[in-house]
Amino acid sequence: MSHRLGTGGRLIDRTRPLDFTFNGKTMRGYAGDTLASGLLGAGQTLVGRSFKYHRPRGIVASGAEEPNALVGLGEGQRFEPNQRVTTTELFSGLKAASQNHWPSLEFDVGAINAKLWRFLPAGFYYKTFISPRPLWKHVYEPIIRRSAGLGKAPDAETRDIDRYEQLYAFCDVLVAGGGVAGIRAALEAAQAGKRVILTEQTAHFGGRAVVDGYEIDGQSAESWVDAQLAALQGMDNVTVLPRTMVAGVHDHGYALAYERVADHQPGADKPRHRLWRVRAGQIVAATGAIERPLSFAGNDLPGVMLAAAIRDYAVNFGVAAGKKVAIVTNNDDAYRTALILNDLGVSIAAVIDARAEATGDLPAKARAAGIRVIEDAAVRKVEGGKSVTGVQLCRFNSDGGAVFETLACDALGMSGGWSPVVHLWSHCGGKLNWDEAGAFFRPDPNRPPLGHDGKGFVSCVGAANGDLGNEGEAPMLPVWLMPAQASYELRAKAWLDPQNDVKVSDVQLAAREGYASVEHTKRYTTLGMATDQGKLSNINGLAILSDALGQPIPQTGTTTFRPPYTPISLGAITGEARGEIFQPLRKTPMHGWHEAKGAHWEPVGHWRRPYCYPKQGESHAEAVSREINQTRKAVGLLDASTLGKILVKGPDAGRFMDMLYTNMMSNLKVGKCRYGLMCNENGFLSDDGVVARLSEDTWLCHTTSGGADRIHAWMEDWLQCEWWDWKVHVVNLTEQFAQIAVVGPKARQVLEKLGGDIDLSADSFPFMDWKEGHLGGIAARIFRISFSGELSYEVAVPASQGLAFWEKLLDAGEEFGISPYGTEALHVMRAEKGFIMIGDETDGTVIPQDLNLNWAISKKKDDFLGKRGMEREAMVSPDRWKLVGLETLDGSVLPDGALAPLPGKNANGQQETQGRVTSTYHSPTLGKGIAMGLVHNGPERMGEVIAFQSASGGTVSARIVDPCFFDKAGEKQNV
Amino acid sequence: MSDAVSALKGARASGMVELADAGPTGMITLRGDLGVLGGALASVLGLSAPEQRRVVSGEAGEVLWMSPDELLVVLPYDKAPEAAAALEAALGDAFATVAVVSDGRALIHLSGAQTRDVLAKLMPVDFAGFETGELRRSRVAQVAAAVWRRSDNDWSLICFRSVADYVFASLATVAKPGGEVGLYR
Repeated sequence: MSHRLGTGGRLIDRTRPLDFTFNGKTMRGYAGDTLASGLLGAGQTLVGRSFKYHRPRGIVASGAEEPNALVGLGEGQRFEPNQRVTTTELFSGLKAASQNHWPSLEFDVGAINAKLWRFLPAGFYYKTFISPRPLWKHVYEPIIRRSAGLGKAPDAETRDIDRYEQLYAFCDVLVAGGGVAGIRAALEAAQAGKRVILTEQTAHFGGRAVVDGYEIDGQSAESWVDAQLAALQGMDNVTVLPRTMVAGVHDHGYALAYERVADHQPGADKPRHRLWRVRAGQIVAATGAIERPLSFAGNDLPGVMLAAAIRDYAVNFGVAAGKKVAIVTNNDDAYRTALILNDLGVSIAAVIDARAEATGDLPAKARAAGIRVIEDAAVRKVEGGKSVTGVQLCRFNSDGGAVFETLACDALGMSGGWSPVVHLWSHCGGKLNWDEAGAFFRPDPNRPPLGHDGKGFVSCVGAANGDLGNEGEAPMLPVWLMPAQASYELRAKAWLDPQNDVKVSDVQLAAREGYASVEHTKRYTTLGMATDQGKLSNINGLAILSDALGQPIPQTGTTTFRPPYTPISLGAITGEARGEIFQPLRKTPMHGWHEAKGAHWEPVGHWRRPYCYPKQGESHAEAVSREINQTRKAVGLLDASTLGKILVKGPDAGRFMDMLYTNMMSNLKVGKCRYGLMCNENGFLSDDGVVARLSEDTWLCHTTSGGADRIHAWMEDWLQCEWWDWKVHVVNLTEQFAQIAVVGPKARQVLEKLGGDIDLSADSFPFMDWKEGHLGGIAARIFRISFSGELSYEVAVPASQGLAFWEKLLDAGEEFGISPYGTEALHVMRAEKGFIMIGDETDGTVIPQDLNLNWAISKKKDDFLGKRGMEREAMVSPDRWKLVGLETLDGSVLPDGALAPLPGKNANGQQETQGRVTSTYHSPTLGKGIAMGLVHNGPERMGEVIAFQSASGGTVSARIVDPCFFDKAGEKQNV
Repeated sequence: MSDAVSALKGARASGMVELADAGPTGMITLRGDLGVLGGALASVLGLSAPEQRRVVSGEAGEVLWMSPDELLVVLPYDKAPEAAAALEAALGDAFATVAVVSDGRALIHLSGAQTRDVLAKLMPVDFAGFETGELRRSRVAQVAAAVWRRSDNDWSLICFRSVADYVFASLATVAKPGGEVGLYR
């Protein structure tokens, strides 16, 4: 059983005990512990159940590669599933709970799956649930979803209470990994005057060297690391970041580094995580290497651990994996574990070496220390239920039939050699070579990931480059299965991927079933998936696959290494963007007023516009009707500030305007307004609005609210890329002005009451004119235009005085019962007049001719954007659907978007149709439903009644009518 | 004008840095050949056209480089209309555009030794070697913004008026105490 030793532990402070709970049971660790060392120190070797078979599982590793020991951490607003205990720093009051079991960790009903393993082979789900197909969605998937998954998702009603942020940083050299190789690389670059960022994923620098007791430059690794780190921290051009993992390398030297600022101090007034978005000239991956497990039966039992992890726990935390520890290895390095434990007084059962002879220095030292070494031996099977009780030994080159000894032990360290961590090298396409001697993939320096200049921008140093520091050690023996000819019974208990419950037999089965690609085998067997992404299992798995396919390992290749290296929090990805600042909310100068009046909002791009202003007890529909009636009867106000206002100026501005708009704009008189259409090159209607000519060389273009930025960019695009020699400037003045529509029969009286220097009389200020001056003491530009059919003025004032002007209007209009109206009233009133709305009547496939807007298409101009597009065969076809008005016979409101079905099916087997509804409302003015729609040959079918889909699934009859439902002669606006 | 109200209505916040709404501020967009614009600026305001990504300051105000053919003049709010008219007159028949944009923007002052660290949390800008009188057009979180350094510890930031609340709240959020990073020292 694992336990805390009486002495030792370079990272812990025994004077500062910390209490924490695991599954509700209080345990004690020390400051400096990880949760893993705390659990092991408290004797807790069983920490979870496996994914598929619900097998008991313990801690395997000591770092980011841990596949098993995932827990639910914290509770309520700080609960987080699938947290690796090996990378969780212990703090006082930590609460952890094991996962994937029911009802309890010790007694788990799901463990019955382990007895059914013969019926749950690789591809089980695909094979079993493929048919009958209809059952998949409603029966199989829900059941599988309930039984699958590791941790449970946080309660949907809770909210993460911590804060997160991001930081943009720039450097010449980013070093990922704070071991000896990383520190050396950082120092070298820093001393050359480069800007350096050095990151280390754990809280401590030094990597393996400080644990394994290397000497560097005549001093202990520990004092060397301390000295170099202090030097780096003292340099202005160096940023040193502990608890920061380079999660991904992206194109052009862009890297994401995940800093866990306050995971170890929950509740501290700090951002919990910070995502560094780094632009680096060069990225140095000093990411070390990961020890490989060995594949033998029962290698997933709690107590079976990586050999190096066992010595990490002993040296760093003063924790022994067991009272009597056996080591199984194919290399010399694992002897270090035996030697270190032996020094600390832990009994070593034996070192079981697969090699015929163990002749290196380390085995010699082990023997000298009295440690038993068994050569040419293999673990046939681990004995034990929920933890290791012993190991059966057989000869390595055998099928495991003959056990020559059973060794009692309560922990087993395994070492199958080391694999360089090449992830960061590979994220952007760095290639790998197979190293026969070390039996691992290492970076090919001739094929690095390439930057903008065609040169490599990532390099690997130290163990990540395959330099394991094992010079002088005896060669390792590649071992992919133990014993080498293990029987099926043994292979079916030999785990490759403990997190996903993939065994040697599963990969072999996949190969027999025809899976030749390692990528396909991964998906089929789930080898190397989920949170650990096969950090321990990949090389072993593809070696087994290669053997089954009868091809060398490099021919099989690796699966793709993708960021992030280990999972990073969604909070870090989100950064500051949550709550109020999740997205920009654009506000007009009157936004606060609307809000205070209880406006019901409608999102329009990033703007919020009032949909209507419901009064106490009023439904939205009632509010809309009231606003329309008030406006048509007397006067209403609309906040139209979101409309685009783009200034076009210069000697060639007229020519430019004529190209942008389908109609003629160059001949517009100064002081006049004209409605215009803009199309894209294909002739499809893109935007519309009123243009005012401000002076000889200046036009002001009004665009739709959603189109302002897009049309501004469109104008710049043509000026910068195509007509670069035209003398035209465009300036987006959208936000400079608050724009307020004063609408209704009393509109003129309201403006006149404000007083000013502008003659508003009908004679001197006719429809479609604009004037400039002052209203109520505020500089104003007034456009006499109408989108409602009423007498109407749109007044633009400086945005800083928008609210003041709005309130002046409300005061002045009080005697007429003036009220603001929202976007829905705007929509209904324009529909009553048959005016089109970009986005309702248009959808990117509609040309102006479809909307009977031929009058707004100039025949005089040689060219304009969209002209040639409109001349294409499909655009001039007599069969195009065209705009008409629609009136239901029963006065009801047609459903929005409803199609008009015809008998028969088209070539795609779809119902034939002859039209669709584009706008539909209840008109309070007319007391019935009105609609517009696009109908096949519509304008020639006036008076005809056709059927549209109704909301209830049937049809509703509607008569084709003129789209203008109200005041066809336009008398109301010309007063 | 006395009743002009800035989008931020005098907002202030304090944390790793001090944030303050600069209040109604005059701004004039100039487009055209920078040499031509510089001549008009010299005659009307005693200022000149800045070099790329630079700011020219004088008694009358500041001139900000915006693009190879665009400048922004920053001056007292009440002075903008008359200055714009004078610039327009000085430019005469030259191919140039003058537009008052005072009301379409918000100006935020940031001050404190950690200003670069705060800005770096929202702006993808390398602030190392970023000198007094230097300017960068970029973005703050999800919206466009420009920032310039007025002195060692004083910075100005402009954004569009409609997103002023968003920008101010974003800056105040990442400037909260506890978020110190020490990136720029």
